[in-house]
Amino acid sequence: MSVNATPAGADVAADGTDTGGGRRAAVPTQRDNGRGKVPLSENKRAERRLGWLLCAPAAFVMLAVTAYPILYSVWLSLQRYDLRFPAEREFIGLQNYVTVLTNEFWWTAFGVTMLITVVTVAVELVLGMGLALIMHRTLVGRGIVRTSALIPYGIVTVVAAFSWRYAWTPGTGYLANLFSDGAPLTERASSLAIIMLAEIWKTTPFMALLLMAGLALVPEDLLKAASTDGATAWQRFTKVMLPVMKPAILVALLFRTLDAFRVFDNIYVLTSGANETSSVSMIAYNNLIRGLNLGIGSTMSVLIFITVAIIAFIFVKLFGTAAPGSDDGERR
Amino acid sequence: MAEIVLDKVSKKFPDGTTAVRDVDLEIADGEFVILVGPSGCGKSTTLNMIAGLEDISSGELRIGGQRVNDKAPRDRDIAMVFQSYALYPNMTVRENMAFPLRLAKLDKETITQKVEEAAKVLELTPLLDRKPANLSGGQRQRVAMGRAIVRQPKAFLMDEPLSNLDAKLRVQMRTVVSRLQKQLGTTTVYVTHDQTEAMTLGDRVVIMRGGAVQQVGPPQELYDHPNNLFVAGFIGSPSMNFLTATVEDGTLRTALGDVPIGDRIRRELEGADAPRDLILGIRPEHFEDAELVDEESRRRGMEFTAPVDIVESMGSDKYVYLSVEGERATSAELEELAADAGAADFSGAGSNLVTRLSAESTVTEGEDRRVWFNLEKIHLFDPSDGRNLTLHEGRAAGALAD
Ligand SMILES: Nc1ncnc2c1ncn2[C@@H]1O[C@H](COP(=O)(O)OP(=O)(O)OP(=O)(O)O)[C@@H](O)[C@H]1O
Ligand SMILES: [Mg+2]
Repeated sequence: MSVNATPAGADVAADGTDTGGGRRAAVPTQRDNGRGKVPLSENKRAERRLGWLLCAPAAFVMLAVTAYPILYSVWLSLQRYDLRFPAEREFIGLQNYVTVLTNEFWWTAFGVTMLITVVTVAVELVLGMGLALIMHRTLVGRGIVRTSALIPYGIVTVVAAFSWRYAWTPGTGYLANLFSDGAPLTERASSLAIIMLAEIWKTTPFMALLLMAGLALVPEDLLKAASTDGATAWQRFTKVMLPVMKPAILVALLFRTLDAFRVFDNIYVLTSGANETSSVSMIAYNNLIRGLNLGIGSTMSVLIFITVAIIAFIFVKLFGTAAPGSDDGERR
Repeated sequence: MAEIVLDKVSKKFPDGTTAVRDVDLEIADGEFVILVGPSGCGKSTTLNMIAGLEDISSGELRIGGQRVNDKAPRDRDIAMVFQSYALYPNMTVRENMAFPLRLAKLDKETITQKVEEAAKVLELTPLLDRKPANLSGGQRQRVAMGRAIVRQPKAFLMDEPLSNLDAKLRVQMRTVVSRLQKQLGTTTVYVTHDQTEAMTLGDRVVIMRGGAVQQVGPPQELYDHPNNLFVAGFIGSPSMNFLTATVEDGTLRTALGDVPIGDRIRRELEGADAPRDLILGIRPEHFEDAELVDEESRRRGMEFTAPVDIVESMGSDKYVYLSVEGERATSAELEELAADAGAADFSGAGSNLVTRLSAESTVTEGEDRRVWFNLEKIHLFDPSDGRNLTLHEGRAAGALAD
């Protein structure tokens, strides 16, 4: 009803709610300019309103369970607040951030976390892709292959971590006896390697599962066409399968990167962070729960949150041009 | 450009299905051959074996005189077009068409030139920088064609390339395909479901059933001289009418009256193991309103009277549906055809004759009408194996032939 009366208002609504508008605006083309000026039809507006209404309950629950804790930890991170010295609680602005960001322990942990993230995700991607291809192609015993490949992911992390720890314990552990004479979990490099091994062992199946869903998206005809066009198996994989699977790969990488960055249980069980093997989650935990320093601990949590958000943002940016068939051809 | 020879080619899948059985086929250089047949008869499997996408279980496949059974698709130098278009979604039209050339490691300039040439032929020039997702069905199919023609392969293989298009576009694209093939003179094997495509496009048509070739020949020959019941029923729309016929005292008892037979058929039927019950087949256009038949023709045919069910005037002529008594003809072939056609064409209690009469006929629905049919054009089939008994040295001569 109000469309005719206030076309300008409709215009504003269009700009405000079209999430794609911002991105497109970066490269102004004839078409985009035209689209921005057209007021939305009544139908479109009703549809949009319905969309918001349908999202509302979920959005509300999300806000209730995530926004409050997040805001509360931001609030805590701006205070000097150590439960051992409750009397010294006071608002100190960004002082905690300066403390953490100038602290070498934080940066060591950050480096360790980054290393674990990059190495494990990269290895998992390669192994997971291999596993996914095998599971996708096997004709006989597909069920058994899939089930057995998924077993590591089904085991509780802490339990698996303990079995790794025992396996690497000198004297009693079979892996320690096989591969080393010292105590591998007492040295930094070997500890990190074992932590990464345990991570990779556990989550490769998950990666494979996500990638297999992506493989199912590649039409058989496309591969046949590539064959007759003269592509070798490797070219079919790199030039046809990977591009078509790109969205699925990015989803898998996003999930795994965010997960890997928060690595905690394996380190906790295997080394407890000894020999500078702590991840950022470990030291946040140590400060918050063990040290009872709510201010510093919260600061670290907020920093982890920000890093994760940045990672997610980068991936989502990549998605924008990844979906096959999206009109990115014109945007580029 | 090359000839393609299939020598007793068979395909047996690991699960035991024999999809293609001893197919012998010689496709000449530059020839346009159509594979038709009901769903599941092995057309795509045959095509895939030629392309190298399926292994050949037994027999030999030669392209350009060279045995290629064990060659990978990329070494056979053939191009394939799919029903689903199979365009690479991440590449633009230009990149799609350039893909085979890039793989063949041609230099950039040649690629650009060839792609633009092909785009011009197919009127794709303004679309070169679009992604497949932003094209219409017809445009996508043209891109798929373009990708096939850019590298001038030895042969084109097309698997129902037009089946996903709407009727109008299909007619349009049919002429595109036909023109393209004539211009380029490239050997083409084309799989289709569509009667019209089969009749209009190819130099020769191969009719398949259950993995075996039924008959190979130019469309008109298949239409006029079908080898067997299956071919007769498959080719033609509306399809041939089939009636039961019993041999008695040197004539054929049918629902249309007693049909006289000539010496040749008589001799054929005298053998000890000759069938007593036959299937008589006659095409709709071989009927005529008895009032409109001249003396000369009258002698070559016979007349009967039947109630008129429905009259469909097409302008140029009239489709008239007559009901006749007697049992519906049955045989394995006819059952299969009925299943493929969705049963509607072949079912009904008693028999329903479809006839095509001249537009001048004054026939009206509900009346009993006297109708003439041409005895020289009828076919007689053996219901047990579907063989066409009227066929002599590949020519069908009707029931009266001496
Ligand atoms: N991979 C396979 N394993 C087992 N049987 C198969 C396989 N592929 C096809 N078949 C069988 O082989 C027969 C021929 O299949 P094909 O795809 O060649 O038929 P078609 O003539 O192309 O049919 P349509 O017209 O429906 O495309 C069918 O009975 C089918 O079920
Ligand atoms: Mg097929």
